[in-house]
Amino acid sequence: MSSIIYLDKKNLAFKNLVLSTPGGENILRCFACGACSAACPVREIDERYNPRRIIRMVLLGMKDEVLRSDFVWLCASCYTCTERCPQDVHLTTIMRVLKNIAVSEGIIHPAYQTQVETIRKHGKIYEIEDFDNKKRGRLGLPPLEKQNPDMVRIFELTGLTKREPKD
Amino acid sequence: MNPYALFLGCTIPVRAQNYELATRKIAAVLNIPLLDIDNFTCCGFPIDSVHHKTSLLMAARNLALAEQNNANLCTICTACTGMLTETNLVLRDSATQRDEVNQKLRELGMEYRGTVEVKHFVRLLIEEVGFKALQEKITRPLNALRFAPHYGCHYLKPTAIYSGFDSDENPQTLDQLITLTGAESISYEEKLSCCGGALLAIDEGLALKISKKKLDNLIANRVDAIVLICPFCSIMYESNQRKIESTFQTEYHLPVLYYPQILGLALGIEPKELGFNQNRVRPTAVLEKLGV
Repeated sequence: MSSIIYLDKKNLAFKNLVLSTPGGENILRCFACGACSAACPVREIDERYNPRRIIRMVLLGMKDEVLRSDFVWLCASCYTCTERCPQDVHLTTIMRVLKNIAVSEGIIHPAYQTQVETIRKHGKIYEIEDFDNKKRGRLGLPPLEKQNPDMVRIFELTGLTKREPKD
Repeated sequence: MNPYALFLGCTIPVRAQNYELATRKIAAVLNIPLLDIDNFTCCGFPIDSVHHKTSLLMAARNLALAEQNNANLCTICTACTGMLTETNLVLRDSATQRDEVNQKLRELGMEYRGTVEVKHFVRLLIEEVGFKALQEKITRPLNALRFAPHYGCHYLKPTAIYSGFDSDENPQTLDQLITLTGAESISYEEKLSCCGGALLAIDEGLALKISKKKLDNLIANRVDAIVLICPFCSIMYESNQRKIESTFQTEYHLPVLYYPQILGLALGIEPKELGFNQNRVRPTAVLEKLGV
């Protein structure tokens, strides 16, 4: 980043939101050693995703720059950073917290939007079609249900209701 | 042994039927009772990135279904293993979280008391059958073959949820399971690297680059196949192998096998019964080396 970050214009409520969300509590422990970035298989290939920088951006209150970024969706969830971190920051979980906050602000990656809708309708990320059950039958595998009514109810109970992405 | 309900998750029933076939066959041969519960849903893992409380409730509902059937849970996808193991621990350790989840489960006429054990099938083989007992049953040793073990991140990590089962930095269990079949389990530079599967729907080009690193390394090591225990890792290395080849102008033709498939061969089971005819990268050379 080449431009100056003006802290007085940044949103420190964002840092506190991350801190107060279950899973985000440990972010203040980070002493910026960079073990996460060194170990990250995504960082190794794609400059956009830099774990140490993401932590710093949250601590500096750079809410929009984090939540509206491409990188917020790029954690591969491999937990290498979580294991290597000397301060038990639990970055994989913090990335989940950041994605959850983005969704609560109406920002969701289209791939996740699709998965939410498929799971709501069919209970799984891939729909089981008649073709699949026929093939399963030929192989001697038991058929699977094509819908699950509990899913709609679960989404209602937790408040994950239909949400149109803002972008 | 308490019965285990086979938890298939989303990917296996439609995209990894060879894995399911081989797992069921091995369980039958080794007298491991596997129960089918037809209204399991997605474990909750993909939803965790969207809405944690929903994923927790989905996982809890699956655990409660197993409990209703007096069964433990046997997973064969590593992401399901991680999601269900972690949720199980959260609900056992925190009365507050358990009460909150149960309040919602009651709306579905369900409850979770926390009595279920979650184990990946491979861990079940190790802990309920044992390396020695498995080795004694080998009738067709795979001596001619060199395999590269691919553990899959969620089989090992986060280590905090797996109570010392295997090391994340120097894992051994899958190597040992391969070795007892008579095959060689090789050590290689990219052994611990992630398949990139979680990013396939998010950024395909990036996910394929992550997978490519391991495939390149395996070709350099001249292995007969990569052996793995997660359907999504297989989607990356097998289903997307052609796409990686065409995108990056390279060639692999590297067979991708599930551990129960190679264990089945070593137990003398016919390849067709283990779903070998459904592998997309034909493992013909592997079978020819064994003369089957």
